[in-house]
Formats: sequence, C-alpha cells, structure tokens
Amino acid sequence: MMTPINIAATSVVLLLITGLSAGLLRRNQGLLIRVSFILSALASFMATASGIWTVKNGITEKIILPIGLPDLPFHLRLDALSGFFMTVIGLLSFFVSIYSIGYVKGFIGRRPVTRLVVFYCLFIAGMFMVTLADDALFFLVSWEIMAAASYFLVMFEDEKVENRRAAFLYMVVAHVGAIAILLSFGVMAGLSAGFESFSGFTFDAMRQAQFPVEWATVAFLLAFFGFAAKAGVIPLHVWLPEAHPVAPSNISALMSGVMLKTAIYGIVRVTFDLLRVFPWWWGAIVLTLGLVSAIMGVLYALMQHDLKKLLAYHSVENIGIILIGIGLAMIFTSFKMPMMAALALIAGLYHTLNHAMFKGLLFMGAGAVLHATHERNMEKMGGLIRRMPWTAVFFLVGCISISALPPFNGFVSEWLTFQAFLLSPSMPNQIMKLLMPMGAALLALTGALAAACFVKVFGVVFLGHSRGHHNQNIHEVDWSMRAGMMMASLTCLALGVLPTFFIEWTDVLSESLVGAKLSASAAAGGWLWLTPIAPERASYSGIIVFLGILAAYGIVYVVLHVNPGKIHRGAIWDCGFEKLTPRMQYNATSFAMPIRRIFGFLFLIKEDVQIKKAPHPAFPKRLHYFLRVRDRFWFWIYMPFTAAVFWIARKAGRFQQGRIQTYLIYSFLTLIVLLLVKSL
Amino acid sequence: MDLQTVSQINGFLAAFVLLTAFGMLAQKRIYSLIHLFAWQGFFLSVNTAIVAYVAGKHHLYISSVMTLSLKVIVLPYILHILVVKLKIRKEAETLVNIPATMLIGIALVIFSYYLTAPVTELSSLITRSTIAVALAVVMIGMLMMITRKHAVTQIIGFLAMENGLFFAATSATYGMPLVVELGVALDVLIAAFIFGIFFFHIHTTFDSLDVEQMTRLKEGD
Amino acid sequence: MEGIVVEILQVTVLIALAPLFAGWVKMVKCRLQGRTSPGLLQPYRDLKKLFSKDIVLAENASWIFRFTPYLVFGTVIIAGAVVPILSTDLPLSLTADVIVLVGLFAIARFFTALAGMDIGTAFGGMGSSREMMVASLAEPAMLMAIFTVSLLCKSTSLTRIAEVISSAGFIAKPSLAFAFLAFVLIAIAENGRIPVDNPATHLELTMLHEAMILEYSGRHLALIEWAGMMKLFLFMAIGSALFFPFGIAATDNIAGIPAALLFLVLKLGAAGVALVLIETGLAKMRLFRLTEFLGGAFLMATLGMLSFFILE
Repeated sequence: MMTPINIAATSVVLLLITGLSAGLLRRNQGLLIRVSFILSALASFMATASGIWTVKNGITEKIILPIGLPDLPFHLRLDALSGFFMTVIGLLSFFVSIYSIGYVKGFIGRRPVTRLVVFYCLFIAGMFMVTLADDALFFLVSWEIMAAASYFLVMFEDEKVENRRAAFLYMVVAHVGAIAILLSFGVMAGLSAGFESFSGFTFDAMRQAQFPVEWATVAFLLAFFGFAAKAGVIPLHVWLPEAHPVAPSNISALMSGVMLKTAIYGIVRVTFDLLRVFPWWWGAIVLTLGLVSAIMGVLYALMQHDLKKLLAYHSVENIGIILIGIGLAMIFTSFKMPMMAALALIAGLYHTLNHAMFKGLLFMGAGAVLHATHERNMEKMGGLIRRMPWTAVFFLVGCISISALPPFNGFVSEWLTFQAFLLSPSMPNQIMKLLMPMGAALLALTGALAAACFVKVFGVVFLGHSRGHHNQNIHEVDWSMRAGMMMASLTCLALGVLPTFFIEWTDVLSESLVGAKLSASAAAGGWLWLTPIAPERASYSGIIVFLGILAAYGIVYVVLHVNPGKIHRGAIWDCGFEKLTPRMQYNATSFAMPIRRIFGFLFLIKEDVQIKKAPHPAFPKRLHYFLRVRDRFWFWIYMPFTAAVFWIARKAGRFQQGRIQTYLIYSFLTLIVLLLVKSL
Repeated sequence: MDLQTVSQINGFLAAFVLLTAFGMLAQKRIYSLIHLFAWQGFFLSVNTAIVAYVAGKHHLYISSVMTLSLKVIVLPYILHILVVKLKIRKEAETLVNIPATMLIGIALVIFSYYLTAPVTELSSLITRSTIAVALAVVMIGMLMMITRKHAVTQIIGFLAMENGLFFAATSATYGMPLVVELGVALDVLIAAFIFGIFFFHIHTTFDSLDVEQMTRLKEGD
Repeated sequence: MEGIVVEILQVTVLIALAPLFAGWVKMVKCRLQGRTSPGLLQPYRDLKKLFSKDIVLAENASWIFRFTPYLVFGTVIIAGAVVPILSTDLPLSLTADVIVLVGLFAIARFFTALAGMDIGTAFGGMGSSREMMVASLAEPAMLMAIFTVSLLCKSTSLTRIAEVISSAGFIAKPSLAFAFLAFVLIAIAENGRIPVDNPATHLELTMLHEAMILEYSGRHLALIEWAGMMKLFLFMAIGSALFFPFGIAATDNIAGIPAALLFLVLKLGAAGVALVLIETGLAKMRLFRLTEFLGGAFLMATLGMLSFFILE
C-alpha cells in the first residue's frame, strides 16, 4: 500500500539496512561512498515526499509494531506535525547526501570512512524515527539512536583532543537533557493512566488525559529543559559551538540544520499536542529564552574567527528566533487568539524550514572551503571567490538568507515574526503589551547584527586578498558538492519568493495545533502577495521584489552599456604608500571590533598589546596583539556545576574501597532496605 | 476648550516632562542640565495652569505661578551661580554608561505604568493617565542621583524628583492643599540654599565636588 | 491603468528630482555658512561628468564589486515604487510594507559593504565594519518607530498609514511626535549625514560610507552617488508619508497629482533647510559616541510607544 507512513517506514528501513550493511563494502571505499550516499539520498527523498504528501492532505496514519517491551509495542504515527518535520529533515538530508558523495571522498587515503557512513545512515534514520514515534518509549529509543550516532560522528576524527572533549561534553548535555525528557514523559504517563500500567506511555493516552495545571507545569518545564539542552538554547548552549564544528562538515550541516529541529519538534509536540492547555507564562518563558538566545548567539558569533564555530553560534541565534515564534504562539493560544497564534506558529515553523536550508547550505559551503583549503581559521583566508566561484555564489545565497534580507527565505519568516509581534497590542495583559515591542526591537537588532556578521564572513573568506600562505592548489569542488549546494540555494530562493504556497501547505498544521487557518487571509490578494492578516495591514511580495530588482538592474545595465566607457584595470589606491600587503586588510577580528567594543560587557575579553620599542615611538619594530573572547556562561553556570559534580564524585568515591566484602555489604544492605520498604 | 483637547494637551505636556527627565538622565554638560531642569519646571507650570482652568481650582493657579517663579527662575539661577562660583567646567561623570542608564529608565517607566494601572482605572479625572508619567519622573530623578557622581547633578536629580511628586499630586487629585504646597515649596527652596552652602564647604575641604571623594571620610584607611 | 501611470510618474520624479534636492541642500548649506554655492544643478553636472568617464577598476575586483552599483540603484528604484511620494494609488505598494522597505535598504547596504571588502584595502574594510555597526544600532530604533506608528494606524503599509493619518488628523499625539523625532535621527544615521557621518569629507579616518566606495569610479560611482541622493530623497518622502501626509493625492484622484507635486516640492524645500540647520549646528561625533546618538533614537521611539499606551 502506498500510503505516506509506509513510504516513511520504508525509507527508515532502507537507511538502517544501508547503514548496517556498509561494512560489506569496506574494501572498496570509493564504491561504498557512492552506493551508500545515493541510497541515503533516495531514502531521504522518499521521506520528504511522504512528509509533503501528509501535510498537504492532512493525513493521520498509525502503525503498531509488535516489537519493544512486552506490554508496550512501538507505536508509529505520521500526522501533519511529524510530516512537516519529516519534510524538513528529509529535504536537507537529501541535499547533504548528494553533497557527501564528493565531500567524503576527500577523506579517502587519509582514514577509512566506513564508520562515518554507518553512523550517517543511523543518524538520519534516528531523526526520522523521532518524528514518527507515537509513544514515549519509541521516542526515547529513537532519540538515543540519534544522539549516539551523532556522538560517534563528532568523534570521527578522534585523534584530536578537542574533538574528544567536544564529543564528551555533547554526550553529557544530551543525556542530562534526555533524562529530563524521560521524567517529563513519566509525569504525563503517570497522570494519564496511573503508574501501574504501560498504557499511559502512548502519546494517544496523553492526548486524552486532563492534566492538573501544576503537574502539567512540571511536565512542561522538564520537557522544555530537555529539549532546550538539545537545541542549544542559552544558557544550555555551551556544547553546541564545541561539538558542531569538529564533526565533518556534512555532519555539521545535518546537526545544525536539522538535528536541532527535532528538539523544536519535541517542544511543539509536547505543548500543543500532548498538554494542549497552558497558562500564558509558559509562552513568556519560551519567548524570553528565545530572545536571549537570538541576541547572545549572534553576538558570540560575531566574536568568532573560526568559520564553523561562527556558524554554530548562528544556530543558537536561529533556534532563538524559532522559539520567539513558538513562544508568541503559546502566549496567543493561552489568550484564546487562534488567528494570531497561527501566524506566530507558522512564522516559527517557517523559520525552522528556512534555517534548515540556509544553515545546511552554509555548512556545506564551509565544508567546501575546508575541503579546498584545509583551514577553518578565517584569518588565514581571503580571495576565494576567484578560486571557487561557484561555492562563493552559493555561500553568498546562504549569507543573504541568514541575514534576513529580501527576497530570500530568512526574510520572510522574520517578517512574519515581526507581524506577529505587531499584533501583540491586542493581548489582554497590560504589562505584556509594553514589553512585546522591546522583543521586536531585540529581534531587529539580531537581524542587523547577523547581517554585519555575514558581511564579515563573506568579506573575509571570499573577498579581498588571501591572508594565508598556502593558496597554491585551491580548486573548485566537484559536481556533487556543487549540486548539493545549488539545490539548497534554489530552495532558499523558492521559499523566499513563493511564501504563499508554503502557508497554504501548512494550513492543516496550524488548524490542528491552534485551531485556525492562515491561508484564507494570507493569500487574499492572490498568490503573488503575502498578506498575513489583511492586505491593508501588511503585505509583501518576494517575487516582485526579486524580479523588480532584476528588471531595474537589467534596464540600467543595458542603458549604460549602449555606449560603455572603457574599463582600465589598475592597482588599488594606496595613498602613495606603495607597500600594501594582504596583512593590512581588515580581518575578522578587526571587522568585529566596533561591535566588540559596544557589547563588550557581555563577554569575558582579554586584550593585550605589546609593542617592541624602537628609536622612535611612532615606528615600533614589532607589535603583538593578543585577544581572547570567552563565553561568560562557562563561568556562571558550567564551572560551578562541574565543580559540584567533582565534589560529589569525590564523596561518592569513598564508597569505592576495592575490597569485595564491602561491596557485598552494600548489596546486602540494599536488599534489606528494599525488603523493608516493600513490607511496610 | 473641550475636554478632549485638554486631555490631549495634558498628554503632550506629560510627554515633554518625561522627555526632559530622560534628557537630564542623558545630558553630561552641567549647564544643559540646568536648562533642562528649567524647561521641566516650565512644562509643569503650564500643565498646572491648564488643570487649574479645567478643574476650576483656583489655588492651582497659585501653585502654577509658584512653580514658574521657583523652578524656572530662582532655582536654576541659584544653581547657575553655584556652578559659576565653584568654576565647575568638567562634564559630569556617570557611573553607568548612558545608553544603559536610558534602558534602565525605560524599564522604570514600564514599571511605574504597571504600578499605577489600578489607580488609573479607579480615577475619573482627565489627568489620570499622567500618573504613571509622574511616578516615572520621580524614579528617574532617583536613578539620576544614583548614577551620577557629581554633587550638583545629584541635587538636580533631587529637584527633579520633587517635580515628579508635584506632577503626581496634580494629576492624581488635582493638587494638594495650598498650605502643603507652600510648605513643600519653601522646603525645596531652603534645601537648595542648604545644599549650596554645603557645596561650598565640600568644595573647600576636598577641592572637588565628586561625591566619590566622600569615601575618604571613612575612618581607618 | 491609472495606477501604472502614477507608478511610472513617481519613479521618474524620484530619479529626476533626487539630484535637485541634493543640490538644494548643498546650496542652502553654502549660503548659511557664508560661502558661494555651486548652484542648484551642480549634482546633475557631477553625474554627467562621472557617466562620461572611463572606469578604473582595481586588479583584483571581483564581480561583486561591479554588480553592487547596479543592485543598489535597482533596490532604491523598487523602494521608490512603493513609497507614496505623490499618490497613494500605487498598484505596487502591496509589494512592500515599511519593514520590507527597511529590508530593501539593508540589502543595498549589505552589498555595498561587501564591495568595500572586495578590494582588500584597509579603508574599505574600515568603512564596511563601521557602516554595519551603525546600521545594526539604527535598526532597533527604526523598528520601534514603525511599531509606534503601526499602533496608531493598525498597519505597516505605507500607503495605508498615509491615508489613515491624513484622514484622522492625528497631529496632536505625543506618540507620533516622539516617533517623528526618532525617525529624524535614524534618517540622519542611515543617510550618513552629520553628526553621524560626513558626506563631504576626504579625511579617511572620519569616513564611514565614503570609505566603502573609495575605489569606485566612472559610471559605477555615478550610480552609487545617484542612488545615495535618491535614498535621501526617499527618506524625506517616507517621513512625509508617515508624519505629514498632507497633499499626497488619494486613490482615484489623479487630478490631485500636480498639487501633490507642489506640496512635495514645498515639503522637501523645508526638509532640506531643516537638514542643513542640523548639519551646520552640530559637529561630527566620534565613532563610539554614536551609541549615544542611536541610543537616543531608540529612546525616542520607545517613549513614543510607551506614551501611546500610557497617555492615549
């Protein structure tokens, strides 16, 4: 039977088989790469198709698999929400799988890639399974498969100390989060069917239950903590900029682009689908943390000069923007304003898809740069646009999209979020009315700072002169990597200029979660114009902006080239100095200097200038500049936490004696205590 | 004048009073600070006169004139003399940087709106919506006293607080009884004189009006 | 059909009159400072000269550098098609509301900053870095001003705002007054006028915008200069549409357009004088005092929003 859920399940099985049988081909690494990545691209494509189909027709399907625990078979369910996230994950996995064919080849001769292939397939399968899960057990099993697979992927180049450290940190945070999620499901399951049977662990039972508000709050806070740790919401973000950059770039693209989205999926699933009724301050928490993540994420990103670390911090920012949308939707829902909730929710989900596309694209571009230059430090790059023209164009598309500039996709979702903010004056709560515009202003600041950051990235990496020494054999990447990036770029453009189709497609989603449709008003003026509330309230047409700029460009170009003047190539203007070197260019550190100075109080900055004295102070012999910018959260939260853990570990260490009799006494005492408890 | 217009003018004057309060918070130059203070007094006095007209409370006219003479002419003049006599030319230093101070100021406005919202709902006066502004002006005056190091700016902050209280009285209940107002005015005047005398003494003792210097009064260092 | 005529007319007015306005500002400034002025038509002569010159392009300039002038020019024209300069009867006005308009200016700035980085000189990078800093601080203030206006008009569409304000006579609103003050400060910052930036400077260390475009020449420079004049003109038009929409012809009132043109010229004349007064009265600020300037803009806009809730 060709139903969406069957296709999705087939895709998962295909991925699992590909992953588990990859070892068979390990003798022929080139063939292994081609076969397995083409198969995973196929599987991702199938999943995408089933996701699009499900959301389009609003289908809800269930399968119960008779495996798992005796009383608790695995429940699978594909509804609009899972379908949406399946599309997001599938689409990017499809692009990245094609990209990986070329990218992973770069490892041949340096290290065996079998492990990478195995865990790559398991990782994607794990993410699909998370969206399909319809009971707490299967959800957590999938969640762990996803986390473990990504742990091994982060560890891929395990000879470096920083990779091992990052992977360990990632593992710890992922598990702390998973425990919180487990507890949250436990609370909900216990309340929906009592603690005696397993039947409460299905999501269906939770949907049917009525939760008392205080227990619902406990469940929500636990789940939000767990998912926020996975999503890298500040202050739980510290693992993210460590772990994402050290993985191979195709993996970074998937981790930043879609793995974080499974956490968003979890938050939406738990609040809007399982708990359903909630007070407004839950939304306020989500919104506040979203704002903090957005602004701090972009500021930290600006301070980075490691290309992939910078992109990882931008993931923190964008997760913040998504949470702003979802938080607003929660607030509107609790005030019984379904239309506005639908707008905010769609804005958040739209940004989810958009972020997957452009962040995947950017990481793929960073991977291409890394592939060509073997360099992650931006201070040693420059002028790559001449060596890698295609990568430069695709990367530029990613930069424009993430900077929320029209007519690309990042702009549409941020614009929708602004529109949701602009509706906040109709809230009944006085203090919220006054505080909401501040949130909008912070979002605007975030967008503008992101633009500044990507001028820096693109300018330093691709423009100007090369700052490094080894630029001899830099070359453009091969067809498959370019194809992956090109498809992601085109998707970014399409999502930017044709938003009405997206909104029409997600109607089912907003109707099932918050009870209102957006498409009737959003496409009121025809598909050309996006009018989220009403045409006279606000409107945007990406396609006209895009075509208009192109047309104006073309006309001006033609008019001026009827009789063009000559173009002389000359040396750059050096004010008569004649000794300009590439080292005199602005670099990533100097570009960010004004912003570092203004927002410096948010960081731990250590700056040191040493001047070697010369006969005249105006002409020093040598100048040494040292700058270190660190995350304050390390010292506020993580250091005390680690110190506490070590303290507890030392105390617990006293129980460890090494004598077998002592351990037997422990077991014996435990047994006695348990028997006592049972008999009481 | 119909009530609609009056309430609009009242709102506008309240906005100006708030603006001058923020202006004082942001202004570093001491002469401009004094001018801003005088402007604030002026807007208050005009506002009082309008309220007096609308409410038909004649004693408010007296308050208005008193505000005009005291806060627009006499006090700024005294401060001016003080600044000239003490040869204060240096810009007033701040403890916290100015944009941050402004953000705190905005937070205070929101807070006072939150505090006064119940009062505003109970009241039926046309000036009721300005109570939040009045409270905010008091708080901003306080903030100014906290963030500034210079003694003269601190007294301006103090006087701005008094302006806020006066404004609150006018907008919440159409003014306090005349006797109270007279008393307060006298207090402020005397306070200003006493401050002036103190400043001379501080100045001769420390050779500066930076209040940080006062930490030297502690025993034992 | 009429709408299309109006659109074309508007864009023509924008392209044709922008240099005149720039010339007017220059002339008034010269007169006020006791200098002889180069005449009202000087910007046209400058543009003509630049267009007829050959281009000197740096050896390592990439396509970004050559693409940028056309893109900047194109975005400003699109912006001109949605701002009600003469009439609110604009079929294209649905294309972009105020927030999109801010986005359009942002994309032009994004590419100009990239072009500044493209050559790889210290000046270009310096200009880009500073311009992006100023822009990122101006953005929240701009959004807050938009928020305040949209609170009153329940819309972010410029034509709609112009209609609502001109029909309701909202002048005596403190919130609008504050938003207007904020808008003035932002317009100064966005257009690189004194005290934020000095458009006439040739001292490298004080430049922001000029530093980015230092390497441009010939028709590229002409396009960028022209786009700059149009941007200034457009900001005046946006200010007029948001706060003084009197005289802008309403929908299906094509006869009102000549009068609208007259009003426009008067408003721009006054705006030019005001701009000159500001520029002559103030000195250029140090770069890091700009936080106070733009913080002030944000404060004004926020006070506007607060006074809407508190006082109105």
